[in-house]
Amino acid sequence: MNKTLPKWADVLLIPLLNLFLALFISGLVVLFIGKDPIEAVKVMIQGAFGKYGIGYTLYYTTNFIFTGLAVAVAFHARLFNIGGEGQAGLGGVGVALILMSFNWPHWTIAILAASIAAFVFGAAWAAIPAYLQAKRGSHIVITTIMFNLIGSALINYLLVGPMKAPGMAPETPHFPPGASIPTLHDFFGLFGIAFDKNSPANISIFIALAALVFVYILIWKTRIGYEIRAFGHSEKAAVYAGISPLKITMIAMLISGGLAGLLAVNTVQGEAERLILDTVQGAGFVGIAVSLMGRNHPIGVLLAAFLFGILYQGGGELSFAMGIPREMIVVIQALVIMFTGSLENIVRIPVERLFARFGKGEA
Amino acid sequence: MTVETQNRGRSETAAPVAPAIELIGVSKSFGPVQANKDISMTVARGAIHGIVGENGAGKSTLMSILYGFYKADAGVIKINGIETEITDSHAAIAAGIGMVHQHFMLVEPFTVLENVIMGAEDGPLLRPSLAKARKVLTQLAKEYELEVDPDAIVGDLSVGFQQRVEILKALYREADILILDEPTGVLTPAEADHLFRILENLKAQGKTIVLITHKLREIMAVTDTVSVMRRGEMTATVKTADTSPSELADLMVGRHVLLEVDKQPANPGEVFLEVKNLSAIDHQGVEKLKNISFNLRAGEILGVAGVAGNGQSDLLEILGGISPATNGEVLVKGDPIDLSRKASAAHRRDRGIGHVPEDRHQRGLVMAFQTWENTPFGYHNRPQFRKPMGLANQKAMLDDAKAKIEKFDIRPTSPFLPASSYSGGNQQKIVIAREIDANPDILLVGQPTRGVDIGAIEFIHKQIIGLRDAGKAVLLVSVELDEILALSDRIIVMFDGTIQGERRPDETNEQELGMLMAGMNPEEAQ
Repeated sequence: MNKTLPKWADVLLIPLLNLFLALFISGLVVLFIGKDPIEAVKVMIQGAFGKYGIGYTLYYTTNFIFTGLAVAVAFHARLFNIGGEGQAGLGGVGVALILMSFNWPHWTIAILAASIAAFVFGAAWAAIPAYLQAKRGSHIVITTIMFNLIGSALINYLLVGPMKAPGMAPETPHFPPGASIPTLHDFFGLFGIAFDKNSPANISIFIALAALVFVYILIWKTRIGYEIRAFGHSEKAAVYAGISPLKITMIAMLISGGLAGLLAVNTVQGEAERLILDTVQGAGFVGIAVSLMGRNHPIGVLLAAFLFGILYQGGGELSFAMGIPREMIVVIQALVIMFTGSLENIVRIPVERLFARFGKGEA
Repeated sequence: MTVETQNRGRSETAAPVAPAIELIGVSKSFGPVQANKDISMTVARGAIHGIVGENGAGKSTLMSILYGFYKADAGVIKINGIETEITDSHAAIAAGIGMVHQHFMLVEPFTVLENVIMGAEDGPLLRPSLAKARKVLTQLAKEYELEVDPDAIVGDLSVGFQQRVEILKALYREADILILDEPTGVLTPAEADHLFRILENLKAQGKTIVLITHKLREIMAVTDTVSVMRRGEMTATVKTADTSPSELADLMVGRHVLLEVDKQPANPGEVFLEVKNLSAIDHQGVEKLKNISFNLRAGEILGVAGVAGNGQSDLLEILGGISPATNGEVLVKGDPIDLSRKASAAHRRDRGIGHVPEDRHQRGLVMAFQTWENTPFGYHNRPQFRKPMGLANQKAMLDDAKAKIEKFDIRPTSPFLPASSYSGGNQQKIVIAREIDANPDILLVGQPTRGVDIGAIEFIHKQIIGLRDAGKAVLLVSVELDEILALSDRIIVMFDGTIQGERRPDETNEQELGMLMAGMNPEEAQ
């Protein structure tokens, strides 16, 4: 019976306890390699929230919002989209193709066009696994993983072949100047707020925030969202209600892939301003953890994306400032994913018992 | 734990007159819900003891405590007079308790022998265990009429035989006390009779049997004593000979219930549904329906009897637009409906066909959805629930849910509870409310009262008859012969995908229907 926990404990207390447990074990690991864990926490926090760090933290957060939402939308239809990595990569191809094709009179038009292209390309890359799942029963976890590899190979090919800029590097030419979107430095500057000039954070974070609202309305306020949730809870019930599994699988995966594709607006248009290799940097996989930890809810995704942004940026700082090897940071991030995701019941069961006992005392 | 030592000591120290099971003050709660309240019960050794009660009365919880699935919050369990702590099913088995679950716990691709020894192997090598089990099984088969081919693959056996395997499993583990949870739900009348003979044989050999059922007729037929549970409490324990079905029903519900269905003769009108030569072959190439034809008129209830798995479910799913037909034609008020793969349940609803599905947990409701989300389910694209831009009119959904909760007496009355938190009867009321309130011309009803408590059965039957009396056509599929006989105006019996016969309820009886259900022709048999 999962009725034993009040909602706030379910959505807030348990993730926080999991997080603390993960950080505690991480602390032991840091201690084990002979560093000071308290110092490490300080460095991480300063690294993530400092004057220079916060821009990076927000930049990563933007990525994780997109990929976290992508996983969340698919998950409401009980589809496990592991293909965020490939879909975001292909989103980058879409962004590059459209931005290189025109001279953009103003960045507002450029970001709109780039967003559409990113969404369409990401969605297209998710469409094939979705169709195979719905029509042929090919497991979407397997096919989306395969499509990550195919996507990565395709981008490699494009960057050393058809889309390659003159020169040695595997990259496209720089996008035309009109395609460049304002950074958060530019944006906050309008209001006279100081923001680090060199950070990659850009206004695509507002697209990410809009995407959060969009997903909330889609899942909980529209008829399609209702059908997606019904299908996700019980395919048999959905068929009984006249909901087409093919239609829902396609729609959920197209939106999911499209959201993952939008990541390219942040990385390709906003940061690199050209298509380079590995623009996604594992964000597709982090999205799984973000969605899991955020309970597939936009607010949860926002908080979890921010947390992982902090871990990414603060973790990077850790290797830089304390000489903790980069691999150790991956271990810490993995611990957080493990505790918030797969080991959830370690904390949940004792907390439920505690609440059961406590609740009885009240009654 | 300590169970083993107690178990070993039991035959020497326990007086022979000690009851097989004695529960003293057993209580169990889940959060705020008290499933068992201070239950005391005695089951005499060598008796068949029935436990009846509505769904959610706490029967299953009590038996789960006895079998070690749950730990009681308070109370004492004595097995054969010795206080026993049953921490898990191993402890229960060690104490001589065997359980036959409603849903069998069998590995279908394994043989009967392999299933019987599973978890009770004597050593790392299977061969000696299998040889021993073969000997024991032959012995048991002789003693108790429990013949099963030990080398048969369990998945190939009929449900009746699978149930025997479950009983054999318990006996192989030397169970003295056998708990059977709703054992006849999946059996034909003949199979059920055989089961009762087995139970009598077990009793004659000194085994103790606890029979959990909601079928009062069975309680009356086989038990020596019967305990009634209501709302977590044991309300009465009586000698079966001293009671009657209607008294038991009243004790279960706590008020007087009508066991007989009160209905006027049917007044059939025009043909609403015409099924012609309908055939269906599933994706594995199995013929599910073979050339079925029948008519259904306005203002009548056509009952479809049959043992589960003889094509009734396929018939419902084809008519309900869930699965396609291979051949044949279905006319609704004279116009054909699309039987191809392209059709969906939404089309059927647009053609005036409502559907109360057999499986409300997996089909009829989304268990995680709240009531206001479940009440428009399947009708959610109707104009009244639409708003522009693809939005759902959630206010209309909520108002609709509140109206249905009121009209169909759904309890609890909050529209914000997930379907999973309702009793079986109230879940079914949500489905019935949705399908009847949509005012269909034809209502397909599958197992309307499966897992539904007696009080709600009465209500649901009234609703179905009310729909008939309003001039609608009802196709009723049920494995409960009592229900078919009580509600139907005509009965067709399905066997192996064909219609084995048609009868009128007042001109037939359970024996005749039972023969038809088993694929026999009563005229020829006589």
